[in-house]
Amino acid sequence: MNYRRLMAVAAVAGLVSGVAGAATLDDVKAKGFVQCGVNTGLVGFAAPDADGNWTGFDVDYCRALAAAVFGDAEAVKFTPLTGKTRFTALAAGEIDVLSRNTTWTYSRDVDLKFTFLGINYYDGQGFMTHRSLGVDSALDLDGATICIQTGTTTELNLADFFRANNMSYEPVPIETNAEARELFFAEACDVYTTDRSGLAATRATSEDPDSLVVLPEVVSKEPLGPLVAHGDDQWADIARWVLNALIIAEEKGLTAANVDSMMANTNDPEVARLLGTEGEYGAMVGLSSDWAANAIRATGNYGEIFDRHIGPDTAIGLSRGLNALYTDGGLLYSPPFR
Amino acid sequence: MNSVSYVRTEMASVRPAPKMYVGLVAWARENLFGGWLNSVLTILSILAIAFFLVESVPWVFQSSWTATSLRGCREAIAATYGEGVSGACWAVIRERYLQLLYGFFPSDSYWRPNLTLILLFVALAPILFTRFPRKMLWFSAAYPFLGVWLLWGGSLWDIAVIPLGLAVGCAAFFAIARAFGSLPGIIGAVLITLLFWIFLAGPLAGILQGIIPFLHLESVESAKFGGFMLSTTIGVTGIACSLPIGILLALGRQSDLLIVKSICVGFIEFIRGVPLITLLFVASTLLNIFLPPGTNFDLILRVIIMVTLFASAYIAEVVRGGLASLPKGQYEAADALGLDYWKSMRLIILPQALKVSIPGIVSTFIGLFKDTTLVSIIGLLDPLGLSNAIRADGNWNGIVWELYVFVAVIFFVFCFAMSRYSMYLERKLETGHDR
Amino acid sequence: MLTNPGPQKPGFRLSMLINDSRYRSMTIQVVALMGFMLLIAWLINNTIQNLNALGKDVDFSFLGQPASYDINQRLIEYTSRSTHLRASVVGLLNTLLVATMGCVLATVIGVLVGVLRLSKNWLVARLMTVFVEMFRNVPVLLWIVFFMVILIETLPRPRDFRGEDATATMSLWDSVALTNRGIYVPEPLFSNGFGDLSIFGLFDVSLDLFALLAVLGIGIFIARKVRQRALAIQAATGTLPTTWYIRLSLIVVPPVALLTYLGFHLGYPELKGFNFSGGIHMRNSLIALWLALSFYTAAFIAEIVRAGITSVSKGQTEAAYSLGLRPGLTMSLVILPQALRVIIPPLISQFLNLTKNSSLAIAVGYMDVTGTLGGITLNQTGRELETILLLMLCYLFISLSVSAVLNWYNNRVKLVER
Repeated sequence: MNYRRLMAVAAVAGLVSGVAGAATLDDVKAKGFVQCGVNTGLVGFAAPDADGNWTGFDVDYCRALAAAVFGDAEAVKFTPLTGKTRFTALAAGEIDVLSRNTTWTYSRDVDLKFTFLGINYYDGQGFMTHRSLGVDSALDLDGATICIQTGTTTELNLADFFRANNMSYEPVPIETNAEARELFFAEACDVYTTDRSGLAATRATSEDPDSLVVLPEVVSKEPLGPLVAHGDDQWADIARWVLNALIIAEEKGLTAANVDSMMANTNDPEVARLLGTEGEYGAMVGLSSDWAANAIRATGNYGEIFDRHIGPDTAIGLSRGLNALYTDGGLLYSPPFR
Repeated sequence: MNSVSYVRTEMASVRPAPKMYVGLVAWARENLFGGWLNSVLTILSILAIAFFLVESVPWVFQSSWTATSLRGCREAIAATYGEGVSGACWAVIRERYLQLLYGFFPSDSYWRPNLTLILLFVALAPILFTRFPRKMLWFSAAYPFLGVWLLWGGSLWDIAVIPLGLAVGCAAFFAIARAFGSLPGIIGAVLITLLFWIFLAGPLAGILQGIIPFLHLESVESAKFGGFMLSTTIGVTGIACSLPIGILLALGRQSDLLIVKSICVGFIEFIRGVPLITLLFVASTLLNIFLPPGTNFDLILRVIIMVTLFASAYIAEVVRGGLASLPKGQYEAADALGLDYWKSMRLIILPQALKVSIPGIVSTFIGLFKDTTLVSIIGLLDPLGLSNAIRADGNWNGIVWELYVFVAVIFFVFCFAMSRYSMYLERKLETGHDR
Repeated sequence: MLTNPGPQKPGFRLSMLINDSRYRSMTIQVVALMGFMLLIAWLINNTIQNLNALGKDVDFSFLGQPASYDINQRLIEYTSRSTHLRASVVGLLNTLLVATMGCVLATVIGVLVGVLRLSKNWLVARLMTVFVEMFRNVPVLLWIVFFMVILIETLPRPRDFRGEDATATMSLWDSVALTNRGIYVPEPLFSNGFGDLSIFGLFDVSLDLFALLAVLGIGIFIARKVRQRALAIQAATGTLPTTWYIRLSLIVVPPVALLTYLGFHLGYPELKGFNFSGGIHMRNSLIALWLALSFYTAAFIAEIVRAGITSVSKGQTEAAYSLGLRPGLTMSLVILPQALRVIIPPLISQFLNLTKNSSLAIAVGYMDVTGTLGGITLNQTGRELETILLLMLCYLFISLSVSAVLNWYNNRVKLVER
């Protein structure tokens, strides 16, 4: 039967562009850039500027990864993804890593078959409402109209919360944060619910932040982090340790500015190991010895990235809270670099 | 003789017509206030227009063009026009219009999409207007490859070997067909073309590139496409690629061969029965699953594939209408001349049917061009998608109308021009049919 | 007996499959079929390989799992504990709702605009041209978003209705509330209704509505019989007995009696807590989608209507006048029946387009079948292949049944050619 031959011909003739092999690192090195999936537009986390350069908290993780692999923070390309397309893009190998404030859940990890690399933002779902409504607890929201972003875990949490408290509500599903703002500020919904970082950002950039109030209840755990597809542990290790390196850098006081001088003269053995001046730690994972130094030089440590895009001095003005280092009372805690 | 005359000897002076029956008043009486219903309608219309103008004109003109953020806009407007005035913040358009037009295309290469668009009109001219010399059709045939090269860049030779393969295939067809008949000719030509593309094209392009190296443009990957350039690329490519498929489908649907006909009808009805958005979902989530393992197109290419399939079903229906509009005598005359099926189609039927179908094809294109906005739903940055992305920029967070108005106006200008052209063509073709 | 031997039958040779026109079509068909089957097999084979590589399978059992999300507009009973299948049905009903409403409104506006475009009134005709060109030449997705923004930005907020110094009031004698969360209209209620009938435990059907429709149907049927009898009398005796009041009362009285018996009253919307409660809530998303789809499609229908009316030659009107028909009768008996034949086929395809365009509902968060099955369900379960397949089947089913019904109607009004 010439069926197989026909298949082969058709396969070769049509449609050859790239073969997704198991060794992502080799593929990435061969094509010369990291393909990174980001949000289509979320203030502070990922948005293109007038020149088409992507900036934001999630974007900088990708740049750090690119710097670690290539020594060049610009060796990265961004694929804007919606809540709906993000997982298929990652599963199909269209992107090498997904850094799009994605909640780490059991079924995403196990059923959808992704490897979460860690947590770069501890978040929780909260509620924001207009102060004029006089509500000060989420338990007073019976009968309220609530704006939610579809394609996220928030709508499931919301349904569970109201069901558990035996309250009713009117969901208004919307696609993007920009639309949610529109509806919420026009008071087409009483309440806007999403991750508390998003709420704070929306509140901070509103015309009159004092007229809005974020309710105290946190109805879910939303550990957000970057993720890669199952099946390539080497690539997952690289991506995980880039994140860890950024956190360790903050612990050790390494910044974009002082990383070069620290490389030359440091007495801390862990810093020396991290920056590649001691041991062969880069080679273990298939990178150059100064990969972490490159990453830190490109984007700064975790704290610098945080402060640059979403920290207290930005328009969004988030405080570190749970995302402070464990030494400062937060939850950020990287395994030792050893 | 009595000199009294009962016949007037000089003309009475001409009196002007009553004021009610001439000039503006008469026109208004006739066209605006004839009957109470008409008067009511006129007054309602005037009220509607007045309301619209009062609502929109101050907003449009009490605006700021120079601010760098929404907050700046509000301050500038308050400073110029007084507190509480809400005006448009056109500054966002001034800052981002290039992005809305070209997406993330490298700014020093904007001439490439521009040139592609201009050449598109040059390539279309001989097809749409009969005045132009027939020789220009060769340019039209070469245009698709030229366009691809200009937009995506790379070496011209990598693209030039594709039509070269087709030419080789044609030559092979004529050589084999003369010796062994047409069916072996077709099979042989297809095989030779495929073999040429697979084994010869790559090395040949390399050699040619070595000889004449300067025909090389910086390559731009499709992820950089965005804005109206993306819409146009998807729309034009979709229609161009769907034309041949659509014609074949239409012929298949008209054919007497039951199985061929059912396959074509099934395909056409399936595609026309589902919304484009579901096909785009297929493009964004499923298409790679249907293709051989390891194939990995980028999203824009997959969207173009699905849009092509979508458009081809509609083109097939348009062409079918064209085929049905031909008098039966044309088919019979072709048969009487002893032409076989393909010859009669190629020489007699299709030239006439396609001519009649051009307005329909233009309408299909307008529809498709508008439908390209749907790609924003699967995360591509077309004008609508980009306006969402721009609103996510901290400076422009909260802006709504200005971006939508800008996008709507540009779509309107394009589509309106095309629909006028299609109407003009329709009138021209109608007179062409009268004898 | 004489037999005509006829021409000698030539033996069958293999080359005749290609060269003999009697067999060639068969050959081509078989080749085409084989090619088609190979293509399908190739696609299926790829799919299986790819799914294996991803570690997935094709499994529809997720439809029986709890959906865990809420849907705001539901025509049948639904909670977040209901299954994904039920969520899909809720979405499908929402699609059908907006499509039906859209088709009706689009036809009304389209006919109106189409006729007014031919009006002698210069201003109105121009205005209608602007309407048509404006709506036709801007993408419908943009219109949907536009309408949504207009609704939420211009209408008053629910809390504007509250308190002593309320800035907004309800319209139409305090029965309708226009808010930027949607429009609340009074709902029909029955104080001693028959209750609901549960069909297979899946859907609840209101018995009141059912009874009302039955009574109305019977009334119309009897009124028709009366009319037929009156005509028969007219044919026999030459005088038409006056029956309109009998027929009118046959149609009106029984439903009114039934409504009174059931204790019919209107439930008015009332501001309670955060929102209005009571009444029927037409959400913003529904209204924006409905209006945008209707206006957009109406622009196309207007053109179709205009073309249909102008396609009937002036001689027809003149002929009707010379027969002594009045203008109204001319329109209804001569012009419209002929124009309808031209209008209906493209009208069908506009209705189908509207139904398909209703899938853009997700742009404003209207929970149609694309929003539930193809949106949240797809996203929460990660079963792209199954959900998109089902989604396509839903739309295919709607499209094919609508075009079947309308084609049947089209065949009825079609000119029977000699």
